[in-house]
Amino acid sequence: MNAGVLNPPAPLGLRLRPGAAQRIGLWVFMGVATALFSLFGVAYVMRLSASDATAIGMPWQLWLSTAWLLAGSMALQQAAWRAQRGLAVQAPLRAGGACALAFVATQGWAWQALLGAKVSFAGNPAGSFFFLLTALHALHVAGGLVAWAWVQRSPKRLSEGAAWRIALCARYWHFLLLVWVALFAMLRFIDPAIAAQICGTR
Amino acid sequence: MAHDAADDPDDDGHHAPTTFITKYVWSQDHKVIAVQYASTAIVVGLIGVLLSNLMRLQIGFPGHFAFITPERYYQFVTMHGMIMVIYLLTALFLGGFGNYLIPLMVGARDMVFPYMNMLSFWVYLLSVIVLLASFFAPGGPTGAGWTLYPPQAILPGTPGHDWGIILMLVSLVIFIVATTMGGLNYVTTVLQARCEGMTLLRMPLSVWGIFTATVLALLAFPALFVSGVMMLLDKTLGTSFFMPALVSMGQLTSYKGGSPLLFQHLFWFFGHPEVYIVALPAFGIVSDLISVHARKAIFGYRMMVWAIVIIGALSFVVWAHHMFVSGMNPWFGFFFATSTLIIAVPTAIKVYNWVLTLWRGDIHLSVPMLFTLAFILTFLSGGLTGLFLGNVSVDIPLSGTYFVVAHFHMVMGVAPLLVVFGAIYHWFPKVTGRMLDDRLGHLHFWVTFIGTYLIYFPMHYLGVLGMPRRYYNFDGYQFIPQSAHNLNAFITVVALIVGAAQLVYVFNLVWSAFRGRQADPNPWRAASLEWFTPQTPPVHGNWGPRLPVVHRWAYAYSVPGAAEDFIPQNAPLAAGGLEPEAAHATGAREASKGAAA
Repeated sequence: MNAGVLNPPAPLGLRLRPGAAQRIGLWVFMGVATALFSLFGVAYVMRLSASDATAIGMPWQLWLSTAWLLAGSMALQQAAWRAQRGLAVQAPLRAGGACALAFVATQGWAWQALLGAKVSFAGNPAGSFFFLLTALHALHVAGGLVAWAWVQRSPKRLSEGAAWRIALCARYWHFLLLVWVALFAMLRFIDPAIAAQICGTR
Repeated sequence: MAHDAADDPDDDGHHAPTTFITKYVWSQDHKVIAVQYASTAIVVGLIGVLLSNLMRLQIGFPGHFAFITPERYYQFVTMHGMIMVIYLLTALFLGGFGNYLIPLMVGARDMVFPYMNMLSFWVYLLSVIVLLASFFAPGGPTGAGWTLYPPQAILPGTPGHDWGIILMLVSLVIFIVATTMGGLNYVTTVLQARCEGMTLLRMPLSVWGIFTATVLALLAFPALFVSGVMMLLDKTLGTSFFMPALVSMGQLTSYKGGSPLLFQHLFWFFGHPEVYIVALPAFGIVSDLISVHARKAIFGYRMMVWAIVIIGALSFVVWAHHMFVSGMNPWFGFFFATSTLIIAVPTAIKVYNWVLTLWRGDIHLSVPMLFTLAFILTFLSGGLTGLFLGNVSVDIPLSGTYFVVAHFHMVMGVAPLLVVFGAIYHWFPKVTGRMLDDRLGHLHFWVTFIGTYLIYFPMHYLGVLGMPRRYYNFDGYQFIPQSAHNLNAFITVVALIVGAAQLVYVFNLVWSAFRGRQADPNPWRAASLEWFTPQTPPVHGNWGPRLPVVHRWAYAYSVPGAAEDFIPQNAPLAAGGLEPEAAHATGAREASKGAAA
């Protein structure tokens, strides 16, 4: 994104650390996304407490996708550290993006597995939420991949002075990982019986 | 804090746009984007007003207008509500005033993410186009009521249950994307791009109101997003998030187990903060207008800031007072009634402080001030009936009546719109370099002010009488006397007059923008920073080669011993007029120095 495009000839004011505005912007965005997924979580629990909901088994592929996202997060963190020290970042940076792509592909594989097990989008609310939440999370990963592609498109954006860009990518990947782990745990452990207990409907 | 925008290594310096397209169409300048937002919102708002007048024709003179069928009546109601709340007021306060005022008031050159700011407007425009497209879709726009409650919203029997509701939900989702992009900008700009000396507690209350409302929007709109997406899936893919098992038009549907109540919770978790997303910018702007036009510092500035923040926080824990008739555990009813009434405390603080600011002020009854005073009265009237409706036992009998229509129109319809008008009369000279016509302004004010009271005061009476809202006609309701029907006809006539008065206002806007009297750079002799740009209207980059430096708050009016009755925020420190806390601190420092000597 094109931040801070105004560059006065003789600016009067305190100089900020490079990328300071983007840092705040990312924190705010992560706050909005947290609100979004939290509200979906509340809706999930409320809906699953109804009598028509039945538990679904989580496909094993989700463990693999979790591993991909964890690996991507670590790779990008390494890239951020290396960028701070002025070292080459291409390899871990590319690995981070590739892991995220693998994550999305594995989620698609998990979808296929569930569909193969006759869990449809419209039948059981547990299934409906699974497809909806994983799709929405994948959409956030795709947004991250756009930013990642933009950062690594130009060597200038990988220079030592621009280490903050990679740091922000890494931060967003950690956020995506945290959200996914929370979603996975919710989908895996909060079944209709527990949801009904939480809501006091049984 | 202060922002040096040269922190982007990709940026080889900013060049002002030179072509018509980059200047006025794909513009990244916050001022142009503000005007784009405001113009679009006003146009769509006029459609909303037209719809309300059509609705009133049916209520006032049932049976006289054959083209207003029951289906169309509900479509008018729904589209009027959604347009006014979301596409007019939210867009105008955040996209319009937020964009124009934040960078100028905090001494920034622009928003920190100008490209995203531009995208925000175009995505907003797309949402408006999708919304208006539903008028031309098969079956027309949705007639589900602005709350879009399932199950009826997506079932046959409700107008626009096919394309109308889908386009409405898609439009809302797009709008939320636009609001989020804008909101990220406003929050980050306030936190990062303030000029030297502009501490958070020196920011004008307009900025505080818009800033807090933006935070509310960023946290509340996701609830509308969640409910919108889930309902869209219920409609298009046959999921049962909100749809229970039911028989529709004699046919058993495939839905089962969904919870309409879940939708209501999500909708109102957004819907109540939405009231304050509209009200908080209005509170802030009114505070500034009162101070300028009464030539007096705002009373209790810090208290006003905290009141804005506390109201914003409390607005997230009152949503279920919109659902008292849906049924809930009595303890929940008690909790939400209590939290609702607690909001009255910081709100009352604000009203008292506005009145205390006026007290012994040098009040200039300019058009912006007239609108401001009208806001205080109207907000007070609407707020007091809110105290009635906040109580479960009073709300339940009144909830389905015109009492509620009167209440919410006074408190979140008319009151914020009065602020919109006042604010546009106030800042129009800054935006265009010309004054709005004063005589047309007075005409617009008095017709609007008196007219809205003639419309909504009688509605309270109709509500207490038991006249139900949402009804297409009242044939066969013996308990409704003829006098109530006459009153409805009277309200309709006044509503048509008030609607026509808005055309006077639009004419004034367009005519004055080109032919209006040339404005002084600071026609109201205001102290806040936006009036001290080197050029009026401000050019790209706002401040010339150097950013301003701020030495005081924005409320240095009628300072004893000062050469003029206002001291600009960026006047040298020696000019005095510091905010009370800084003045006390300076006094204490000097006293201790004196004692040490």
